[in-house]
Amino acid sequence: MKRLVVCLVMGALVIGPSATLAQDGGTLAAVQARGTLVCGVNGGLPGMSVLNQESGQYDGMDADFCRALAAAVLGDPNAVEYRALTADQRATAIQGGEVDVIFRNTTNTISRDATWGDFGPTIFYDGQGMMVRADLGATGLEDLAGATICVTSGTTTELNLTDQMTFLGVEFTPVVSAEIDTVYGQYEEGRCDAVTSDRSQLVGRKSTFANPDDHVILDVVMSKEPLGPVVATGDNQWGDIVRWVVNATIEAEELGVSSANLAEMQGGANPSVQRLLGETGELGAMLGLSNDFAAKVIAAVGNYGEIYDRAFGPDTSLALERGLNELWTNGGLMYSPPFR
Amino acid sequence: MPEKRSAPPGAARHAPVPFWRDIRVLAILSQLVVLGVVVVIGGYLLNNLVTAMDQKGFLPDLGFLGLTAGFEIAEKVIAYAPSDTYADALLVGLLNTLMVSIVGIVLATLLGLLVGIARLSRNWLVSRLALGYVELFRNTPLLVQLFVLYFVVFLQMPPVRESLALPGALYLNQRGVYLPRPELTSSGGPWLLSVVVGVVLAGLAWWLAGRREAAGRPVAGLRVLAISALIGIPVLGWLSVPGGAVSFEAPELARFNIQGGLRFTPEFAALTVGLALYTAAFIAEIIRGGIEAVSKGQREAARAIGLREGQTLRLVVLPQALRVIIPPLTSQYLNLIKNSSLALAIGYADLFNVSRTISEQTGQPVAVIVIVMAIYLVISLITSVLMNFYNRAVQIPER
Repeated sequence: MKRLVVCLVMGALVIGPSATLAQDGGTLAAVQARGTLVCGVNGGLPGMSVLNQESGQYDGMDADFCRALAAAVLGDPNAVEYRALTADQRATAIQGGEVDVIFRNTTNTISRDATWGDFGPTIFYDGQGMMVRADLGATGLEDLAGATICVTSGTTTELNLTDQMTFLGVEFTPVVSAEIDTVYGQYEEGRCDAVTSDRSQLVGRKSTFANPDDHVILDVVMSKEPLGPVVATGDNQWGDIVRWVVNATIEAEELGVSSANLAEMQGGANPSVQRLLGETGELGAMLGLSNDFAAKVIAAVGNYGEIYDRAFGPDTSLALERGLNELWTNGGLMYSPPFR
Repeated sequence: MPEKRSAPPGAARHAPVPFWRDIRVLAILSQLVVLGVVVVIGGYLLNNLVTAMDQKGFLPDLGFLGLTAGFEIAEKVIAYAPSDTYADALLVGLLNTLMVSIVGIVLATLLGLLVGIARLSRNWLVSRLALGYVELFRNTPLLVQLFVLYFVVFLQMPPVRESLALPGALYLNQRGVYLPRPELTSSGGPWLLSVVVGVVLAGLAWWLAGRREAAGRPVAGLRVLAISALIGIPVLGWLSVPGGAVSFEAPELARFNIQGGLRFTPEFAALTVGLALYTAAFIAEIIRGGIEAVSKGQREAARAIGLREGQTLRLVVLPQALRVIIPPLTSQYLNLIKNSSLALAIGYADLFNVSRTISEQTGQPVAVIVIVMAIYLVISLITSVLMNFYNRAVQIPER
């Protein structure tokens, strides 16, 4: 017995305080050492991040922002490793360091910001909507009394649905699944009468249905859903980098810089453009990046308007109006703090 | 004849073995060293985890269990509202898991028994069909089977508006199976009493019959009396209470769904049937192995002393076969319970599914997963303990 106690005590002493975490504020260094950026995305959401079957690349706004970040940090927009995450894997993925950043149509909320992640600037101001079969003749949420509604688990939509329906006094039955494909598969098969999610997601998935015209998205906005990137808490420098890469795209659109006129803008005389593109000043170096990080971003993916148009523009099958996602000079909410 | 000494004198007084060569000491010391190594490694890993979580600012904290859940759960056995706590949500998930597990185990055992005996049949077609079933369901992944059952079978049922309406207010559609819900009326109490009386009387009569049979006296009359008591007394009770003992709430087609009645969702059905089919394939092989393990000589001896086929099975083969069957059967039951966590894939609100939502909403993945693992561990341990009791009960007492 005495020997046992002695051995246990010696074992406990040997452990000691041994902090073996490598990532102590060094996400930037880790990414640059690794040479690729690991980006958590949805993978099944047209417009935000979806695998393009022909090119084998991920298309969409979230995917483009991953590429923008890789261009800024590593100089190569294709040095991205995409990880498709379900809604309830996000918290563990970012906290555990499995991914460097999450661009997965994640809504910025106080509880998330305070517990498992730090949010970057909103890249898409969305709202929660409801899609129903057209032949049900429902025009508002009150018409859905007694209906079965499909929703994805681990999302703000799940909570908002309950709040809104309870507030309106409407009884409903939820069908909750973890995978986005299962949820929309159930809705399309008729397992539920309606499906609820962010409106951009509804539009995106509706375009993939066999008969998109059999479904209608109700003209209700059930909540605010500002979608943005998430990084792990504790690394301020990395958070700043993600924030200012996103802001760079918005500022570029405001100043009229696009991937088409990048070269002539770099040679131009506008001092704001010069600072943004790194021709003057040491703004990039303050973040730990090269001074022309914004120029690399714009060369890779363009400005915010170009990113938006590629995903939801009038030429795509989704064709969502920019609405709140317009620049503040055009009546929207996209506003970047100044680059100086 | 002089006695031979077994040991030379003085043999017990040789020099004691030094402790560093004494095998008893070495045995204990080596175990302590291994224990120390395990403790060090475990402590190191634990310390690593705690330090990392502390640095990132999310030490596990069980306070979230008292917070409001905020989300609705589709299927629940007890009453639950979104204003209840996360702990209540976990309880609902746990009860759902238990329900699937119990129904799944019962179905799997029955089906496995049937298929196992079919495999031993002398009828060529029956045994080959059973073989085909076993090979198909053992060799395909369970998740794939669940998806096929869910999307190809249960979701392809007629849509709500074209529900299959069977006699007896039974509705069948892609949203589930709807049955009339039985509810006890005010005169339900007396009827339940008559049921209890009937069961007790029947049990008494059956036990008496057993005693008489051991003494070798005729028992057919007693057994008939027992069965008629079991059926007759509750029926008499039903007829004699005013207004009927049980009322049924029939399901009706409303605007979106069928309202009222008792409902089994396609998720529950797909999960239970899928688990039962998959596990039954394994159980069938276990039962077949157990019965074949009893040597043929036992059956021949039983026939030689004049036992009939049924008596041979009951008195000679099964007691010996059960010794071989029950331990692997326990493993299959535990597998079924753990496989029920695949409910996440098809949207059934079992414990694991609910815990995923909770862990995302609270940002406490480590605490939630530890709680869930502890719950599964307790369920599995209780199941093994119960099966061990049964095992001991059916063991043949050795001489």
